[in-house]
This record gives sequence, structure tokens and C-alpha cells, in this order.
Amino acid sequence: MKGQTPRGATQVIPKRAIYSLKRKKKKERRAQEVRGEAVTFSRRNEIISTIIMTIISIPIFLSYLWLFLSSFSAKMWHGLIPLKFTLHNWRFLWQPIKFGAVMHTSIWPITLNTLLLALAVTISEVLVSTLSGYALSRFRFKGRVMIQGMTMLLHAFPGVALLIAIYYVLYTMRLLDTLWGVMLVKISLEIPMSTNIIKGFFDNIPWDIEWSSFVDGCNRWQTWRYVILPLLKPGIAAISLFSFLSGWGEFLYIYTFIFTSKKQTLATFLNSLIGEFKFVDYGLLSAVATFYMIPTLLFFIFTQKALLQMSFGGRKA
Amino acid sequence: MEVKTSSVMGFLGPFLILVLAFYFIPVILTVILSFTSMDYKLSWDFTGFTNFEHFLTQSLTYKVLLTTFVYVALTLIFNVGIAFLLALMTTYFTTHENTAMFFRAIWLLPRLTPVVVYCLLWMWIFEPTQYGLFNTILSLFGKSSSIDWFSSYPMGVIVFANGFIGASFGMVTFSSAIKSISRDYIWSAQVDGAGDWQIIKRIIIPMIKWEIMYIFIWQTLSLLNSYVYILILTDGGPLHETEVWSLYAYHKAFKYMEFGNGAALSLFLVIIGIIFTFISWKIFGFRKMMGQEVSR
Repeated sequence: MKGQTPRGATQVIPKRAIYSLKRKKKKERRAQEVRGEAVTFSRRNEIISTIIMTIISIPIFLSYLWLFLSSFSAKMWHGLIPLKFTLHNWRFLWQPIKFGAVMHTSIWPITLNTLLLALAVTISEVLVSTLSGYALSRFRFKGRVMIQGMTMLLHAFPGVALLIAIYYVLYTMRLLDTLWGVMLVKISLEIPMSTNIIKGFFDNIPWDIEWSSFVDGCNRWQTWRYVILPLLKPGIAAISLFSFLSGWGEFLYIYTFIFTSKKQTLATFLNSLIGEFKFVDYGLLSAVATFYMIPTLLFFIFTQKALLQMSFGGRKA
Repeated sequence: MEVKTSSVMGFLGPFLILVLAFYFIPVILTVILSFTSMDYKLSWDFTGFTNFEHFLTQSLTYKVLLTTFVYVALTLIFNVGIAFLLALMTTYFTTHENTAMFFRAIWLLPRLTPVVVYCLLWMWIFEPTQYGLFNTILSLFGKSSSIDWFSSYPMGVIVFANGFIGASFGMVTFSSAIKSISRDYIWSAQVDGAGDWQIIKRIIIPMIKWEIMYIFIWQTLSLLNSYVYILILTDGGPLHETEVWSLYAYHKAFKYMEFGNGAALSLFLVIIGIIFTFISWKIFGFRKMMGQEVSR
């Protein structure tokens, strides 16, 4: 390396040149390889790594594909390749599902429940967390750090423990077996996180903008509503997206706190169907699941790029 | 800037009320509940340490403890390993941004999928008949009889299901960490003749070691507390083989309606949680941890 010209060290060697070099003497080739390593190796490794990524992604890739295909087919070869097209699996859209003598309720009221829950969670989470995120980002008051530290510590508190005590709290508030209760629990357990996310967005908005609006005669509320909020759109979009999807997919709280079948959502509905039709009618199950996945897929397709730019992680379960 | 308490309360009020009612009070309630024998009648009968003594004498407790340990350890290795692999492949090895985006998106999909649908997918993958994905793959390699995964390898099923969904968190964190490493380090190492393996070992891993540590701690904690997928997939069976600690507490409380017992069991998880938070507090420092909160 040391004897080479500075130009040679950084120059990119064409692919063909590298192949021809391989035929030359061993010693020379070694020297060239050292020089051209960045090019040759990364090209080969790129192919290898793409293959490895494809292999480890197979279960995810194929299972979503299966879900979609199997909902439209009467028969599948080895569960993978559809053989006959049918709409029979989607019959739940126009008639209630029958299992033996048991008649399930129609899917539409259940879908409505799910949608209302998800929307209520989204709206209240956005409202509460933008308010509190603003306060935590801008106000210097006693106990600010304490609140943040407390929410941090609360986050380490396991979901099961909370669930048991929340059962009692809901019981005392007469909110057991109501979707309102589930909604309140859901929001409360998620706002510490969404407040922190939105606080980050507030922190990025410079103080000067607010000062100038104060100087122009706005009070705090007006500043928040007309100056800050419009600047916050990306953050609000992110929180609404996540809270909607998490409300839409919620299973555990409904499974635990709701007993009346009329009040269930698609999550518990599908779960009880799985219990009955597992190994028997995968066509029906996958059709219901595909139906349930529609909002998720829409969000996924339209917000994919934005999603990948921000990181997020585990939620409390 | 000092502000009036009334306007602070105006902004923070809803937040504080909700967190107080469904977060803070439940935390205290759990501690008190664990010293009672509360059951479906929801009456307060204080019994002292009976709950704790009760499951110290049961052999099932030790089995559950072992299961939890195996489950957390295996899933952690699986999920952090895959996360690192994916992050490395989508940032370091791949020059095509579209390929990288595609794989990252695919791995994020499970996280957005409703829990029950995700579990249905795994039920199909591990389907005991020839129609399941893994049995199909096996038959392609010439194995004629299909394996009943749920009864033969229940632990494998839950490790896979949890590992695949957990990997995306680490993947996103690691990817952005690797991307933020200055390219100059890697280029100058390449000029000096370092191979890929050396670059990974001597530059990338040391430079993202905080992120790796953070993910390890965070994932351990969330794996200890996660049981929803196990609840749907195996419900702890067969014969308590996949019954992890948090699921055990859930079953005690909501299957057998022994709330006192369940609370006492979950109190162990609380203690572990506090210890872990304290450790990460010491390692990362308070400020940095609050910053990390955002990227969660």
C-alpha cells in the first residue's frame, strides 16, 4: 500500500479490469485485490446479503401473501398456490357466520365498534399529548423533571400487574364491560409515550417563533393553536397513525375487560373464530383477517416512506 | 420561564388525570393487592405474605421460572441477532437504497398488523398438516411426514413469533446508528486494506455499542412482560410448557380469578423492571435516557 500513488489508492477499478487482473501473476493480483477490495467484495457481498435477507424474510413475505391468496381460493396446493377462485370465503360480508348451531353476530356492528374505538383513541390521544407535550417542552415549572422521570419508571411497570389493578379501578368506576373503559385505559397507557414523541417535535420548534407571536399580542392558547400546531403537523400525523393502528388492533384489553359479545371488536371476533375454525376452514379465517387488515395495509402503503424515517418500538402489552 | 400554575394545569391536566387514574393508582393498588386474597368477589381480605409463601412452595413456579428464562434468552438472541444482521445488510452491504427500503418495510409490517392476524399467520406457518409453510418447505427437501410443531416444539413457535415481530425495533435503531457513522472511517479502513469482517468487528460494532446495549436492556424488559402472542398462540400449553411468568400471572388473575395471587406474581416482574431501569439509568444517565425515550 505504502509504495502506491495517492491516486491509485482511491481510484475505483472497473469490473472488467479486475477480472483480467485475476489471470495475472499471483503476487500482482494480491496487490491489486488489496487496492480494489472495496469494489469487488461489496458487489459480491451485496448479492449474498440480498439472498440471506430474502431467506430470513420468507416467513413474513409468504405468510402475508398466503393470507391474501387463500381468502379468494377454494383450494390451495400445499397451502401456497391457489387452485380455484371463489368468493365463498367472503360470505361473512352479507350473512352471519354459522358454526354448528351457533350463529355469530353480523360483522358490520363489530367493525363499527372497532372503528369507533380506534377513532376515539386517536382523537383523544392527539389532543392530550399535544397539550402535555407543549407544557413539558416549554414551561419551566416545579416537578417537570419529576413527571418525566415518573413516566419513565412507570413504563418499566409490567403490563400484567397494571391489568389486574386496572380491572379493579374499572370495576369501581362502573366501566367494566364498556368500550369507554377500554378506550380510557388504552389512552392512559399510551400517552406517556406519545407525549414524549410530541415533546421532541416541540423541542425542535425554535423559541423565537413563539416570542414573536407573543410580541404580536397572542396569548399562550392562541400561540399554541395558531402558531405552534400548524408547525407540528408531522408529529401529529405520526401519533395519529400509531394510535389509530394500535386502537384498531387492540386485543388484550377487550379480551379481558369486555364480556358481552355485542361489544366485541374485530380482534376478539377473529380470535373466537380462530378457536372454532382452526384447521377446518382457513379460507374463512383468512378472508376475515384480510378484511381486518385493510386499514393497516392502506396506512402501510401510503406512509411507508415516512414510517421508515422514524423509529419506534415496543408498546405496552 | 416561570408560568402560572393554572396555565400549567390547563395544559397538563388531562394527562395527569389519566396517568393518575390508570397508571399511578394501579401501580400502588398492585402492591396492596398482592397482600390480599382478592378473588372474583373483589373483596379486600388481607392475608399478609400468604400469596408469596404459596407459590414458593409450588413446583410449577420453578418450572415457569425456567421457561421464562429459556424463552427470554432464546428470543433475545434471535431477535437482536436478526436485527443486527438486517441493519448491517440494509445499510452497509446494500448500495441500492430501494432494496434496503423494501426489506425494512417488510420487517415493519408485523408491527402494524393487528395482534390476532399476526398470530393467525404463525398458526398457518406452523400448521401441523402438510398445508403449513414449514411443513411444505420440509416436504420440498424430501421429508414426507409432517411435524406437529405446536405439540413438539411449542417453545420454538413462540420464540419465532416473538422474534420476528421484535426484530424491527432493533433493526430501525441499529440502521440509523450505522448510518450516522461517518463514512470516512470506513473508507480509510478500506484504503488500509481492511476486509468487511474487520470493518464490522473493529469499527461498526464498537461505534454502535451503546445502541446494542440499549436494545438488549429494552428487549429483555419487554420480553419479560410480553405474553399476548403466547396467550393467543399456545395459551401456555401444552402442559405449561410455554407458560412464562407474565402469562402465569395473567392466568392466575383472569382465568382462575385469583387477583391477589396474580398481583403477587406480577410484583416479581415489577422488581425486575425497577432493577433494569436502575441499571440503564446508571449506564446511560438520566438525560440520555430521556432522549432515548423519544426514539422508542
